[in-house]
Amino acid sequence: MLYREAGDFKTSYAKDQQTFPIAFDRWGYFITIAFAVLVVPFILNDYWSNAVILPFLIYAIAAIGLNILIGYCGQVSLGSGGFMAVGAYAAYKLMTAFPELNIIFVILLSGGITALVGMLFGLPSLRIKGFYLAVATLAAQFFLVWLFNKVPWFYNYSASGQISAPERSLFGFVVTGANAHPATSYLFCLGFVFVMAWAARNMTRGANGRKWMAIRDMDIAAEIIGVDPLKAKLTAFGVSSFYIGIAGALLFAVYLGAAEVGEAFGIEKSFLILFMVIIGGLGSIFGSFAGAAFMVLMPVLLKNIMVGQMSWPTDLASHFQFVIVGGLIVIFLIVEPHGLAQLWRLAKEKLRLWPFPH
Amino acid sequence: MKLTKLAAAAIAATIAAGPVLADLVFPSLDYRTGPYAANGIPFADGYADYFALVNARDGGIGGVAAKVVACETGYNTEKGVECYESTKGQGALVYQPLSTGITYQLIPKATADGIPVHSMGYGRTSAANGKVFRNIFNYPANYWNGASIAINHILAEEGGDIKGKSVALVYHNSAYGKEPIRTLEELSKKHGYKLTLLAVDHPGQEQKSQWLQIRREKPDYVLMWGWGVMNQVAIQEAANIRYPMDHFIGIWWSGSENDTLPAGDGANGYKALNMHNVGSDYPLYADLKKYVYDAGNAAGAGDQSGTVLYNRGMYAAMLAVEAAKTAQEIHGTKDITPAMMRDGMEALVIDEAKMAGLGMPNFGPSFSVSCENHGGPGLGAVQQWDASTKKWTLITEFGPSDMDVIGALIAEDSAAFAAENNITEGCN
Repeated sequence: MLYREAGDFKTSYAKDQQTFPIAFDRWGYFITIAFAVLVVPFILNDYWSNAVILPFLIYAIAAIGLNILIGYCGQVSLGSGGFMAVGAYAAYKLMTAFPELNIIFVILLSGGITALVGMLFGLPSLRIKGFYLAVATLAAQFFLVWLFNKVPWFYNYSASGQISAPERSLFGFVVTGANAHPATSYLFCLGFVFVMAWAARNMTRGANGRKWMAIRDMDIAAEIIGVDPLKAKLTAFGVSSFYIGIAGALLFAVYLGAAEVGEAFGIEKSFLILFMVIIGGLGSIFGSFAGAAFMVLMPVLLKNIMVGQMSWPTDLASHFQFVIVGGLIVIFLIVEPHGLAQLWRLAKEKLRLWPFPH
Repeated sequence: MKLTKLAAAAIAATIAAGPVLADLVFPSLDYRTGPYAANGIPFADGYADYFALVNARDGGIGGVAAKVVACETGYNTEKGVECYESTKGQGALVYQPLSTGITYQLIPKATADGIPVHSMGYGRTSAANGKVFRNIFNYPANYWNGASIAINHILAEEGGDIKGKSVALVYHNSAYGKEPIRTLEELSKKHGYKLTLLAVDHPGQEQKSQWLQIRREKPDYVLMWGWGVMNQVAIQEAANIRYPMDHFIGIWWSGSENDTLPAGDGANGYKALNMHNVGSDYPLYADLKKYVYDAGNAAGAGDQSGTVLYNRGMYAAMLAVEAAKTAQEIHGTKDITPAMMRDGMEALVIDEAKMAGLGMPNFGPSFSVSCENHGGPGLGAVQQWDASTKKWTLITEFGPSDMDVIGALIAEDSAAFAAENNITEGCN
């Protein structure tokens, strides 16, 4: 009844092609943004910021990045953990080598460095496809982790091989380090998420996105209609790695504060982000958010219910968490193989017709 | 979808995190699952049981009940951060993360929040310099002491001269395993042995190539910085290549029953360091049986009693309780805050009379903590595994480590940390 196109007249092509053509959606979007910017910072405490919201926002960026590569361009990658490590170590080297450099540029440059590394490891995608490409990117994952462990220059020759983020501030507010207020680090990450999600949405609707999707759907046909596979695949790898690198830099600098490569950026991280993309929905920006929320919030929620409310032993709760999250993943994939985004799409279709489905 | 989930989580978390006041809260960031559970469980059980004993026998610490809040980290730093944030609001007095990686995360956070961290025999070694690391304690001994004690033991075995001998270090490829390398390199300059480094990646189940290299190069001694499943695999591999087990020395985190039992007779003679005594032959165990085990309050499955890591968990809890008592005395109040707890830890004195009074005579070395020295005396002993009786026994006294070398390294590393974080050294 409320959720419908009828009566919402568009007078220009731009309006007709906007991301949220339905007024109800548009208002929901504006209200969510306003709530996230104007209300959340004031009700946020340390626990909510550091344990729940920051990882959600950061993983959402990583999931969008991987979704561009897998969901839009059809190139399977298992190297996300390694690329996040590149972002984190680039941020660390930049922060320690140029202490005056603004933290925003540090994060952006880290993304840029990761994009270059990603394009380098994306080169094999021109010759190999599917599972074989997945194995090639898996090699990137292991190589990068090995590299950051092996070469002491990357961790400034510290005795333990740990990297820790020095304190940096933006407009007088501390953003990284332990003295950062939860609201500042939240708004800092939210800013990145907003800009990057907005850019990703518009990129995937534009010429580049269409080229990626053409490659994904059938690369030979795409080549025949004039899409250059070299350019399309490498830009997808570059853009995707840029996103993942920024996520890695934020994960290290803002969220964790200290990291070691094998533990924070291991193969588990690659799988985690891959699961986010698959569960959220391939080829959907909303899906990336939904997948990140599912994989980050679900374990915390289950832990709080089982240990906090039901007073179960922590080991039992932790085992059950695996069972429940694993079970939910299987159920979701059976019921809706296209992920949470598709469920959302179906719900919207039904809402449009409600309450007169015929 | 997203919002409903957030709302549900909000409700769950607010109900879950209702603070219980008036108790002294000791969070236990433990791990009973994952590849490090074999070592995490006994420590967590010992830690919890000692507090249960203090509550049941003495009515708490100075009359105030102690409350242990368990949080499963799985040895994972992100879960560790979540655990820290979720427990600190409940009035946590001291954190014992039992993970060097999590300790590194918590050092800046806990310092900002004013909560002390006790990384007993792990964590960042240079935290021994209390003038820089005001809130971090790692008494009674740290990794660099351990490295030096191991080399001292080799020196004693070889009659004081190890020039030209070769020593291999098998280490967990993480901050934890890398900690002793600097010290071992310095000591190799001093004593003239040849050091070979063999990294084992997390979680440590795959060590074939490392042990193949040991088999080929035949180092005179092998040192190990391992944890969790890595220990069991390494001891089994050493037994498989018939490496002389009495030339294989683990750090104190690589010397528990759970590490040696799987290798059976092959592990006989394996040595490890320790910072406290072993076995269950203490009056304290009678109390534990009476007040905790028989009352059905033992933590976990209750089958870890008397093991090396159970004793260590108990030792950590004992040091925390004594520090809390010291804090109560200093500040003249029963309900201490984390800041008072920090003062108590800094003024902690452990002597033989105190330990005997607690039913733990001769359990560990006597020491006192000061602002200049958060690391304690750095004493350690060597224990050896007897596969026929399935028991560890100490084969040396608690010996000193080479503080000339270590002191300089600590000063250098803590100065670097102070410079990075704009900390001015000082005790006030």
